[in-house]
This record gives sequence, structure tokens and C-alpha cells, in this order.
Amino acid sequence: MKTRYTFGGDEHIYVEIDEEMSLDAFFKSLSMSNAVKDANIDGVTEICPANASFQVKFNPDVIHPNDLLERIKMLEEKAVQAEKRLNTRIIEIPVYYQDPWTHETLMRFRERHQDPNGTDLEYAAQINGFDSVDDFITAHHSQPWFVSMVGFVSGLPFLYQLVERDKQLQVPKYLRPRTDTPKLTVGYGGCFSCIYSVRGAGGYQMFGITPMPIYDPEQKVTYLQDFMVLFRPGDIVKWRPIDRAEYDAICQQVEDGTYMPKMAEVEFDLDIFNQDIAKTNARLMEALNGA
Amino acid sequence: MALNIINPGLSTSIQDLGRPGYFHLGIPIGGAMDRFSMRVANMLVGNSEDAAGLEAVFMGPEIEFTSDTAIAVTGADIPVMIDGVEAPSWTALAVSKGQKLSFGFLKTGARIYIAVAGGITTPEALGSRSTYPIGALGGIEGRNIAAGDALPTGSAGAVTIGASVPSTMHRMPATPAILRMVKGLYWHRLTEASGQQFLADEWKVAPEADRMGYRFRGGKTLEFVDREQPFGAGSDPSNIVDGCYSYGSIQVPGGTEPIVLHRDAVSGGGYFTLGAIISADMDYIGQLQPHTPVKFEAVSMDEALSARQERHKLLDAIRSELS
Repeated sequence: MKTRYTFGGDEHIYVEIDEEMSLDAFFKSLSMSNAVKDANIDGVTEICPANASFQVKFNPDVIHPNDLLERIKMLEEKAVQAEKRLNTRIIEIPVYYQDPWTHETLMRFRERHQDPNGTDLEYAAQINGFDSVDDFITAHHSQPWFVSMVGFVSGLPFLYQLVERDKQLQVPKYLRPRTDTPKLTVGYGGCFSCIYSVRGAGGYQMFGITPMPIYDPEQKVTYLQDFMVLFRPGDIVKWRPIDRAEYDAICQQVEDGTYMPKMAEVEFDLDIFNQDIAKTNARLMEALNGA
Repeated sequence: MALNIINPGLSTSIQDLGRPGYFHLGIPIGGAMDRFSMRVANMLVGNSEDAAGLEAVFMGPEIEFTSDTAIAVTGADIPVMIDGVEAPSWTALAVSKGQKLSFGFLKTGARIYIAVAGGITTPEALGSRSTYPIGALGGIEGRNIAAGDALPTGSAGAVTIGASVPSTMHRMPATPAILRMVKGLYWHRLTEASGQQFLADEWKVAPEADRMGYRFRGGKTLEFVDREQPFGAGSDPSNIVDGCYSYGSIQVPGGTEPIVLHRDAVSGGGYFTLGAIISADMDYIGQLQPHTPVKFEAVSMDEALSARQERHKLLDAIRSELS
């Protein structure tokens, strides 16, 4: 990992922790961006952590860009030594794979896709060496995921799977982005899964849909009344496959204000995870099942 | 007092100076694209500069006033009419109950700012009234204004009717428009020749130009330094591991058509960016019509900071002029 510092115009400093994605890069980015936040530097207005990078927005009338750059660089040492441990939560997200709505949408935009004759899931299964779509879906939901970034649009989480590099699923984005994606589509691009928080344009492959809102500007959804955005970087997600009947039932519960997502408080330690991935994941899912 | 919307125009939204603090969740700052014009419109009618007003694109709305008040129109050059009689822009105008504001055809520029004494007082969302339709935040139920809306306004302060800002103190883009940028972010992904070419080419504003971003066409396709793509980035040479985007950053998906992200920017994504437009020139982008020729000019950080100070000084001069 080699940290690279650069300016985004006269109001942003962009820090790339690593060119490639890894949990190590994510943890360093998160500790460094937290260190910048804790330093309470005058003139800093926004701090945005991303997958393997972060960005600081500032007011150059208050602090000179070069002075801020030096302050941030000094925090790198501290971040390297920080414990790679998070007190976070694991959240279960029900997913209706191969649902009719993303299917209709992917057929509508077929000419923008690498494989005009199949579906997004058939294509993803094939290029990742799976014999069937079902096997691919199992690989997608059997191990938990880490929210490594929240953004793009309103509260959209980017998720990175907690498995060895050689087990990571990788899928290219659409050749040309779609102009439409159903709200709450579970998507995939590069090595990241995502949930489209709102309806709109998108370039990720579409695998399914969740009945569980993750963004509610009106704050009517029971579990979004405190804040309109569900996810924070560092959250852990476990997908749970559901069928149409359960999808409809959960939609109704959300509508009635009786749905509460299944979640549990957990601690995640990157060093322990790297020592034994299977055991760490088993412990995470145990915490969720006990919730 | 309210503004009755008879005809909303093409795409007219309530904007103020935005909602900083939520970009890390994908909620952009928003607010007026041409903040200079929005601030001046508010100054003219005695509002605080961050009061909410209207931002109209290419076409003006038609509005009826429910009581006597004062208004000011700034930004793009467009005939302003009160009950069909032309009135000056960049000027504090008195309007009476029942009078109607309408507009002629746009001459130059793209965005029209309308301030009303007391400001528009629709409910705030995350500290701002700015409309962000993608996230259904601010404005009226998160949307642009529509015919039949009645926009509430606050209590007016002191207004000097007839106060005006001379055209020498307006701030509009030149032709071709020069957008100054600081090279950086992922500029190193370009070959040296391709970087030079990008700055030498004349680009044109594409029809896909809105509050999220402005797209440009007409320059040569960019060439990238060869590399093995990093894990997680995606296979196209213009792809990166999804990172944060700066306001004003210039991304070039596939190396073909640059997109400059503006006030309603997406907060991140997987395309390389080659630098960002300087803060002083962001207002200009909001005044560019489709097909306008544009050149990108690389400047140093010192030049970017001086340009920012010049813009501040001009605003200060207008504040003194009007006080």
C-alpha cells in the first residue's frame, strides 16, 4: 500500500490509501479519516471515507491547502498504528433474487449489456466459473459483507465480501449505464455489491431486490425515524434469500410499521479475521442468529 | 404572503446555499448552481444571502403575488415582465398584490435567480430548503415547483426599491467559456500528450447538462498510461476502485466525454477524474447553455486561490454598493 495525496481543485484533498481494494486499505482509510475528524481542524467542512481512499473538503479562506495537507500527512503515522478493530453491527438484509422487477429492467436495457442473450445473473455465474445461477446466488449470500463506503446517491452502501481474495466475485459494470434501476435493487460491479437506495440510473449488474427500505427522507419507516439513512461505513451485512411470498409479507410489514430489521452488535477485528476467516464469519453469523 | 405558481417554467427549483455535512452519505450540498447571482438577488431584497429563492433554467416561471412585496431577478440575461411591462433585472423591484411576474425569451446565460423579500420559507430538510429531487429532499415534497403551488415567504426586512447592481459588477462566463482547473486526482492516468490535448481542445456543452453535472463533447478521446488494472477497479482503463468525487471534478468515462460534477453531484463512483474546476469558476458552469464552446485551462493552486479572493472582493464591493 502506498498512500497518495492530491488536491481536488482548491476545496478538496483526496487521499488514496491504495490503488486496489482490500480490507487493509479500507481500515487504514477509515482510521485516517477518523483521525482527521478527531483533530477538529479549523476550516475542514466534510470528511468522506470511501473503499480505499477518503476525501476532505475544506474552506481555503480559513486554512491554506498546503497547511491542511501537512496536517493530514502527519496523521498517517497514527492511523497505521491504530487498532484495526471496530465496534459495529451485523444487519440481515432479505433479498428476493431473480425478481420480476429487475428482470423486466434488465431485459429493457439488454443492448447495453455484455451478454444480450442471457440475464445479469446467468452472465455473472458463467464468468465467475459457476455451474449454475443457484450456485452463484449461494456464493453471494452465504458469507457476510462489509459496508466499505456509503455514497453515490442517498445512503447507497457499497459492500465488500468477507472472503479470501480468490473467492471474491468479480463482474464488470454494464457496457453503457442504464437510465433506470428499480428502487432497492441489489446490484454488483467490480468486486462490490450495492443496494440502490432510490430509483435511477445505474451501471451495476442486477441480481435481485430487497423489500427493506434503506433511505427514507420522510422518516416514516419505523427503523429510519432517528435518521433517514440506514447504513454507516463499517456495518456488516448478511443477505438472506427470500421468495415472493415473504417479499410481499415484508413489504406489508414495512407499510404497517411493524417491520424491524434483524441486527446485532458485534466487534470486528481485522487481524483476527485475517487469521481465521471462516471462524470469524461463523461468530458474526452466530451473533446475528442470536438476535 | 405567498408566490402563486401559474406556470413553473421548464425546471424551476427552490434553492439556497445548500446543505453541507451529508456528502459522506451520498447527499450532496446542492443549492444554487450560480451562487454569486443567488447571493446578489438576496442582497437586493434585503435578505440574508443564504435565504431560499428560485432557480429557473432556460425559461422563466409565471408567478402571481398575493400581497405587496419586493423581488429581484439576477443571473441569465432574460427580459423580466411585471404585468407584461418590462422591468430591469439586477434591481430591487416593488410588486403589488395581484401583479404577475413573467419572462421573455432567454438571451444569454442559462439560469435565472428570483429572490423575494423575506425569502421562500418552505420546510428545511437537513438544514436547507434546497431541492434535491433524486433524494426527494427540500423544495416542495422534494420536487421542483409545479403549477398551483403556493410558496410561503418570510417577513421582509428593509428594501431600497430601485437599488441596482451595474452590469460591470455582474459575473458571467466569456465566449468561449474558460473553465479554470487544478490538475490532480487521477491526472497521472493520462499520457502526457493526451493531457496536453485535453487542454488544447475546444469542447462543447452537451445537452446532458443539469444540476448533477455538465457533460462536454467534441474533444479527442483520451489515452491512458498502460497498466494492469488494480483489483476491484473494473476492466476499463478509465475505471478506479470506487472513490469519493470532488465538487467540480472532471471524470471522463471511457475517455470520451468529460463530465464536470456540480452542486447535486454523486458523491463517489468508479471513474477516474483528471482534476477539478476551481471554486471561483463553479458559478460560470451554471450559466452555460448547450452547445456553448468551452476550454479547460490548467492553473496553479495560487492562481485558484487568487481567483477565489477576486470573487469574494466583487461580492464585498456589491455589499458596499447596496448598503
